[in-house]
Amino acid sequence: MTQTVLEITGLNVDYGVGDQAVRAVRDVDLTLRRGEVLGLAGESGSGKSTLAYGITRLLPPPGVIRSGSVRYHPVDGDPVDVMALTPAELRRFRWAETSIVFQGAMNSLNPVHRISTQLLDVIKAHEPDMSAPARLARARELLKLVGISADRMDSYPHQLSGGMRQRVMIGMALALEPQIVIMDEPTTALDVVMQRQILGQLAELRERLGFAVLFITHDLSLLVEFSDRIAIMYGGRIVEEAPAAQLYRAALHPYTEGLLHSFPALRGPRRALTGIPGSPPDLRAMPPGCAFHPRCPRAFTPCDNELPVLGAPADDHPGRSVACWLHRSLESR
Amino acid sequence: MRFLLQRVAFYLFTAWAAITLNFFIPRMIPGDPVQSLISRNQGRISADAIESLRVLFGLDENESVWEQYVDYWKQLLQGDLGLSFTFFPAPVSTVIGDSLPWTVGLVGITTIVSFLLGTALGVGAGWRRGSWVDALLPATTFLSSIPYFWLGLVAIAVFAGPGSFFPSSGGYEPGLVPAFDQYFIPSAIQHSLLPAATILVSSMSGWILSMRNMMVTVSSEDYITVAHAKGLSERRVALSYAARNALLPNVSGFALSLGFIVGGTLLVEIVFSYPGLGYQLFQAVGSKDYPLMQGIFLIITISVLVANLLADVAYLLLDPRTRKS
Repeated sequence: MTQTVLEITGLNVDYGVGDQAVRAVRDVDLTLRRGEVLGLAGESGSGKSTLAYGITRLLPPPGVIRSGSVRYHPVDGDPVDVMALTPAELRRFRWAETSIVFQGAMNSLNPVHRISTQLLDVIKAHEPDMSAPARLARARELLKLVGISADRMDSYPHQLSGGMRQRVMIGMALALEPQIVIMDEPTTALDVVMQRQILGQLAELRERLGFAVLFITHDLSLLVEFSDRIAIMYGGRIVEEAPAAQLYRAALHPYTEGLLHSFPALRGPRRALTGIPGSPPDLRAMPPGCAFHPRCPRAFTPCDNELPVLGAPADDHPGRSVACWLHRSLESR
Repeated sequence: MRFLLQRVAFYLFTAWAAITLNFFIPRMIPGDPVQSLISRNQGRISADAIESLRVLFGLDENESVWEQYVDYWKQLLQGDLGLSFTFFPAPVSTVIGDSLPWTVGLVGITTIVSFLLGTALGVGAGWRRGSWVDALLPATTFLSSIPYFWLGLVAIAVFAGPGSFFPSSGGYEPGLVPAFDQYFIPSAIQHSLLPAATILVSSMSGWILSMRNMMVTVSSEDYITVAHAKGLSERRVALSYAARNALLPNVSGFALSLGFIVGGTLLVEIVFSYPGLGYQLFQAVGSKDYPLMQGIFLIITISVLVANLLADVAYLLLDPRTRKS
């Protein structure tokens, strides 16, 4: 289970070019292992979604990938450099290897086509040799997989509830049995009960089909429960990465600490909700040094002019990394 | 289905209201057709003849307005629109029947061509912003902002004239008899080219612009991103996802513009002396030919209503969200 499936190194994504460019994602290194759920959390504007769009090269203009590499490791065969794919190769790569479930459950389906049309066209685009009855059978199977009866095939999106639409999207994401499913706030638009139901189903499907999930959300409480590892983003950078349980129990970065104190715990002793003072940084005018230092309750000398790099903390925490001066030995500076 | 029936009922009501207005308005205009016919004939009409003319035009003084109204409806349902003055004693229905094919042929075909061409260019311009099609927009917008009669006159001045291929007026070579034969058809086509081109030039940019803007709006929808992420071909995303949704407002616009084929081309037909309905209306107004005006207004009203109904049906077919299950 420790085999790498997606390797992001030094990814930089800008909106616009030149001096006016907004640097939305900065020097992100992230590794997704086969079959795991990697949670990516952060405030609005921290670059989570931009990172997801960057990986799949779906950035809407004026978004550009300035530098960095994304390598995909297929089950068998050589690693693929996603950034170097030609348009035709990219089209084949998309959905077959990495599919995405988007934020807008309500608007992800084309309103004028039936569910069946939209399920079938993706199968047809990637498996042109498959016969029409076989495609249809596959589409029915996919709906069954996400708990929607096959007679809903001929429904239009507006005839389904929000939860059903999002389940259709999840079913569609699994149509080609991809190795990676990116979920960009898939449950944000749904009520809590539906959220739970869908996440439960997703966990079960992952168990069965073994795909890896990059789960993006601003809801850290969701991730703690649902993911194997969690990466926290702030101001376009990853500031902490750790196994979910460890992160929840002992956050190293003050920002993670703040996020964890922004929602109530269901069990355990009562604790005060504090939240994080201040507001997210302006990406056009980032503070020097650590981007979080103006809001950080524990900022000290090096924080306001020297940028902490993401790395193993000085104190013994295997498998974790953090970008904070509090956890750096002086020598590594 | 119920929705459609509701619409049909609504349009029938509108048609009734329009026809009723059509009955009353000429009766409220000072002077009546008989009076103007008398003055035209400079008093050489006997009192008996005047009386029978009044009956003929449905203005019998012995009848109440209500009886006149009922008679009007009776005649209308028989397809009798009265007699035209200008073409006296030809019935209005014959005059309209003669000129309607010209208008429908010229303006109908150009409206359809303009819509198809403009929409196709709009899809291209909206999908690839900044391409050559996009650069075409200021030019077409400029052309469409030129007042139509001026554009027509310029076209005549530049392209038509002695020895030119394009005739400057009329619907066919004088001396030919309208028939579907090898002399008349080419002549009719030759006469229609210049007016058709001017209509195209002035109307196409509207379609391009609206389609382009809808394409741009739709392109930022989530389902377009999903379609890209699904690895569908560029063509499929552009046509089946983006254009298919962007088309909806344009289609209703198109159906409505079909309604204005009959009435909205007055200027074209006047400038080119084209023997269509608009030119006929122009002449009817000039000679105070009330029955003919009334008849043409009726045709215009009905065609606008039918076009509206068509727009509703088109929307029902194209947008599943408007269908009530």
